[in-house]
This record gives sequence, structure tokens and C-alpha cells, in this order.
Amino acid sequence: MRLKEEARERHTLSVTVDNEAGILARIAGLFSARGYNIESLTVADVTADESISRITIVTSGAAHTIEQIIAQLDRLVPVHAVTDLTELGPHVERELALVKVAGTGDHRIEALRLADVYRARVVDATTSSFVFEVTGGSDKIDTFISLMREVGLVEVARTGVVAIARGRDAV
Amino acid sequence: MPRERSGADILVQSLQDLGVEVIFGYPGGAVLPIYDALFQQSKIRHILVRHEQAATHAAEGYARSTGKPGVVLVTSGPGATNAVTGITDALMDSIPMVVITGQVPTTLIGTDAFQEADTVGITRHCTKHNYLVKQPERLAATVHEAFHIATSGRPGPVVIDIPKDVQVATAPYVRPGPIQHRTYRPRVKAEQSLVETAVDMLAAAERPILYTGGGIINSGPAASQLLRELARITGAPVTSTLMGLGAFPASDGQFLGMLGMHGTYEANLAMNRADLILCLGARFDDRVTGRLDAFSPKSRKIHVDIDRSSINKNVRVDLPIVGDVGHVLEDMVRIWKARQHGRPELGRWWAEIEQWRARQCLAFPEDGPEIMPQRAIRALHAATHRLNPIITTEVGQHQMWAAQHFGFEAPNKWLTSGGLGTMGYGLPAAIGAQIGNPNALVIDIAGEASIQMNIQELATATQYRLPVKVFILNNEYMGMVRQWQDLTYGGRYAESYSESLPDFVRLAEAYGWTGLRIERPAELEDGIAAMLSAPGPVLVDCRVAKLANCFPMIPSGAAHTDMLLQANEVSGEMDDEAKALV
Repeated sequence: MRLKEEARERHTLSVTVDNEAGILARIAGLFSARGYNIESLTVADVTADESISRITIVTSGAAHTIEQIIAQLDRLVPVHAVTDLTELGPHVERELALVKVAGTGDHRIEALRLADVYRARVVDATTSSFVFEVTGGSDKIDTFISLMREVGLVEVARTGVVAIARGRDAV
Repeated sequence: MPRERSGADILVQSLQDLGVEVIFGYPGGAVLPIYDALFQQSKIRHILVRHEQAATHAAEGYARSTGKPGVVLVTSGPGATNAVTGITDALMDSIPMVVITGQVPTTLIGTDAFQEADTVGITRHCTKHNYLVKQPERLAATVHEAFHIATSGRPGPVVIDIPKDVQVATAPYVRPGPIQHRTYRPRVKAEQSLVETAVDMLAAAERPILYTGGGIINSGPAASQLLRELARITGAPVTSTLMGLGAFPASDGQFLGMLGMHGTYEANLAMNRADLILCLGARFDDRVTGRLDAFSPKSRKIHVDIDRSSINKNVRVDLPIVGDVGHVLEDMVRIWKARQHGRPELGRWWAEIEQWRARQCLAFPEDGPEIMPQRAIRALHAATHRLNPIITTEVGQHQMWAAQHFGFEAPNKWLTSGGLGTMGYGLPAAIGAQIGNPNALVIDIAGEASIQMNIQELATATQYRLPVKVFILNNEYMGMVRQWQDLTYGGRYAESYSESLPDFVRLAEAYGWTGLRIERPAELEDGIAAMLSAPGPVLVDCRVAKLANCFPMIPSGAAHTDMLLQANEVSGEMDDEAKALV
């Protein structure tokens, strides 16, 4: 017998929650308990009084699974609202990465040149290394990192995706 | 400024203010301050169980039979982990329950202290919500909020974990006002246009069926009355899930019996051939639908549920209605009457249903010298139904036979572990039901294997002089396991024989119960009469046919139309696809 797999689509969800202890475990645990995927998850408080956090989750699954994920998230007591930005329409997605590259000579020069093309900033430099800060969509970050592999990539730290809808309205 | 009181006092005062009458619990180091506060008051009664799992099931039995939330108090560490099964059971069956767990002092949390467990972590996914209270000032508001969450919307269990130092520290107690939660606002009233559409669809249907579930019981007795009214004015057949039994009277001609894996032929066939399914407070569980791609292929489906996440979870529906099923039923009846819909002409549909009914799918062979388990249930029903008994069960064949053969006429009389399927549920649940209904006849229909999972609770019933009855259908097998081994594994009975059984009669007597044994069909009636006339708790060891299997049965992963009606249709071995299904 072979196990079956279903076609998946990628969705970016924005979830506003009470900023309380354990909320991240509640959300992440819901995904693992029900077998949903998390491609990335970011969280930070976003109100002046630090009472509400905004969580951005990139997930993938069949259409009915995405619908279930939203309903299940919405059911959690500390959740204020769940918005499917992918479904909602045009939105901006950004991710930040810190990329450490080590090397000397041509590799070093090539790394700087590529960084310039990708508008990555140098945030730390030694005679044998750079740390670049690069911002953009996940694809751009992926490409930048794969290019850096050829010129001495040592280490990467990524934030995961944050996203917001275009236009004047709040979610 | 009100005077300061200890956290334990604040907790007990909050429980009193919330109208709590009884707590099921077990003391331990981390809850001693709470037990001391309970000791010094008389409004709340404490029932001492013999194992924390039983405290949770007793609270469930209390809640299911009274409609009030069940309250549990256990200590930290093993007290909390022992409660997890019952908490999960309450989540699966949507039972309102508040579980208070002691915790090690805040200063010791995270140090692997004695009897420390990460209770909020462990119970996060088996509760509707849970709390760790770190300040005594937060205690009153948290307790009030916990009851609000446990009892409103789709009911469920809520855990409040209270460190021992928070129980001792002091704070002023201010009784909280009505709760207006910031984020938790369950939708009770459904959107009217959707209900109107549902009424029109129901009026236009030629082959409608009402598929009802535990949501109707949870909504309260009024919902059951409204269901009867809707059935009467629409003339539609009614079927019920395991959880919904009693919402509609089993003796009513419009009732087709339970549906699903061990449901009736007529209920499952009617679901399969219907052109409209109106699902009221049920959730299209896999035990109900059978093979999903073959489930009721020609019907349009309306789903009424208070929990949005239940809708479109397993089965796509045409009309989702989020709201309390009691309110929706009220709206439907009102709109139906306002539009002056008459009783639709469903003669052809009923004629078909009567043909399926004529198969008499619950008939069973009765030619041997042994008591057939189905006969025992029927005899129990015949002897007790005028007394409106509350029936609890354990889990397995006896549970399904009870669901099939014991006709339930009213809600809150049938307490069984449906979603989680917890063996050991029935005896503590019966104890909780008896506490909530002191004058009712409460019977746990049990199996000889399940009853042993919480057998220690015989002592609880003795201590509180609870006249509960335990009726064991003893076939010396974990019968449902053995049945599946018959069906799927060529009759290889791996570990399903109940070896080394105790002498149940003498065991009962050792606990101060009356013990009776019934061995032959001729003894059945008198044995049951003896059980009913004996004062106090009675355990009956009823020896039944050892190899009887429970039919009808839709094998796991099969369609409603592929029902096994009798034992001779049972095949010996199934393929891997079937073996992988639960």
C-alpha cells in the first residue's frame, strides 16, 4: 500500500492574537497536532500597549485544508482575527536575511558586487568576511543565498515572511 | 477596599458565586490550600474518587445528565496527567468541564520539582482553553472566564493550573461582572437569510432526512422539543448519531435509529439515497460517513453547527449555517409556519424507507443455550424504561448494542464516550450522573474488559451510598477487538481474550456492593428484577454468548451501501487499505 498526497497551494495568513504567554505554542501546536504545514512563522507585538501580536504564517495545503486551518485558528480563544492575504488579493511580502560570507581575493570582490545588485547592505566586515543584510520577497532571498554559496557562504539567518495587504485598509 | 483573601479562598468563593454545587477530585500536595478552604465551607460538596481519570469522567457524567458544567480538582504532576484522558474525552464530545489543577510554586516551575508537570503544555491541545494563573489578583477573573468559555459556544473542557504559592498569597476578591470577552464571541444566532434558504430547501425536498447529533443535547432540552416539532411539521425521517440519541424519541415512527458504522440499515440507506440532508449539531464523523467519496452522493447538504471549523471539515456542504442548533431550529419552525408550508407529500420516500425497515436489521439469532447480549439489553430496557433511567456505557460491543437496542426517549439520559471511545468511562460517569440526579435510576451497561479500567470506583459509590447499577455483558473477550480480528485478521485473536477475570460477584461484595450473576436466558428477567429491587449499588455479572458480533456493520472504509447485516457475511481477511483504517 502507498500513502496518497494531495495537490498543495501556498497561502500567507495574518493572525492577530492577544500577546500572552504560550500563544505561540498554541498556534504552532495546532499546526503540528492537525498535521498542517508551516513554511514560515513570524511574530511580534504591533500595538502601542503591546497587548496584541501579529503572526504571519506561510502555509501550504489543499484548498479545503487551508479553509480548515483558518477555521481552526479562528476558534482559538486568544485569536482576534485571521486573514488569508493570498485570498484577499494584492499584498506585500517581505523577508529579511543576514548572510555571512567568508573569503579573500576574487570571491570577496564578487560577493560585494552581487550584494550591490541585490541591494544587500554590508552590516559587518572583517578582512576575511562580510555580513550582508538583504530584504525582499522569499524568492529574491533564496536566489541571493544560492549565489553566495559560490563565493564563500558561511551562515544564514532569516526572519521568515511578514506580509501586509496593499491599499489603505487594515485587516 | 475589600479585605484580602488567600488565592484558595478566592477560588472557592468564585466557584460558589458561579453556582458550583459539587467538585469531583483527589487531594495532593499542590492543592492542599484549596482542600483546606473547601473543608471550611459547606456550600460545595466534594466527591472523593479513587483515581483522577474517574474524577473527569464523573464530572462528564454529571454535566451530560444535568446540563451544568462538571468541576474537577486534582493535584499537580500525576494528578494532572491522570486527568488528561477525561479532559480529552470531554473535548471530543463537547462536554462543559472546568478542571482545576494544582501546580508547584511559581518559584519552582521549570526546575523538575517534585510532582511537577507542564500541565498547560500537556493540556493545550486537549482543552478548549487553559490557563496558568501566576497572580492571585487574576484568579477570580480567570475562574469566571473559564466557566464562560467551558459552557458557551461549543462546550468543552477548560483547565486552570494554579501554583501552590498563588493559592496561599492574598489579594482582594471582587466578584467579576458579566463577561464580555475581547476575542471569544461564539455565534449563537444564525444569519436569517440562510435559515430561510434552508426552510425552502427542506420544503422542496422529495427525499429529505434530518441527521441529528449531540449538539441538540448540548443546546438544552428546548432544542429536543423543537426537533420533534420540526419533524412533525415536515414529516421527514430522523436519524441520530451515537451522541444525539434521546434528542428524538426512539419509539417515534419517524425515527430510523442510529446511523453510521453500527447504525441501522434504514438509516444508512436513507442517508445514501436522500436528496437533502439537514445536519443538526452533528459533525460528519468518519464513523458516520463511511467511505467519503460514496457518502450520500445525490443529496444537497445543509450543516447547522455552532463551531465553524466543523463545517466543510470532512464533507463539503451546500449550505453552511453557523449558530446554536436550538436557535436555528426555533427559526426554522417559525419560518416554516410563517410561509404556510404544509406537510410535504413524502409517501414514496417513506414507502422506500419501510422496505428497508422490513429487513429488520437489528434482529439477531437466538437458538443457543446462551444469553444473547442483544436480548440482555432488550430485557434491561423492558424492565426499566418506565423509570426513565440514565444509561452510561463503557466502550465496545456492549456500547453499540446498548445504542441499538435500548430505546432512548429523552435527552440527557444516554451518557457514552463517543469521540474518544474511552474504556473505563461508564462507572465513574454513572457515579457523576447519580450525584447530579440523586433519585434517578442510573445503570452502567459495561463489558467485562472495560469495567476493569476504572473498577476502583466501586469504592466511591460505596462511600457516598450511591445506588448505581453496573450491568456487565461478560463475554470474556474485548469483543469489538475480537470482532475486528474476525473481520480483518482471519480470526487471529491477538490478546483480545479476557484472561484471569476476577469473580465479579465476590469483587462487588468486597467493595460493599451487592453482586449478582445471571447465566442462563431463563434467569434474565428475575436477575434484572433482583438488581432493581436490591438497595444500594448492585453489580450484575451477566454471562452472554462469547462469540456474538455486533451487526449491522459498515466495515471501516466501506460505503453505506456495503453493509454487513449478519455474521455469515463476514469475510476473513482484508487488504492493506482496509487494515490501515481505524
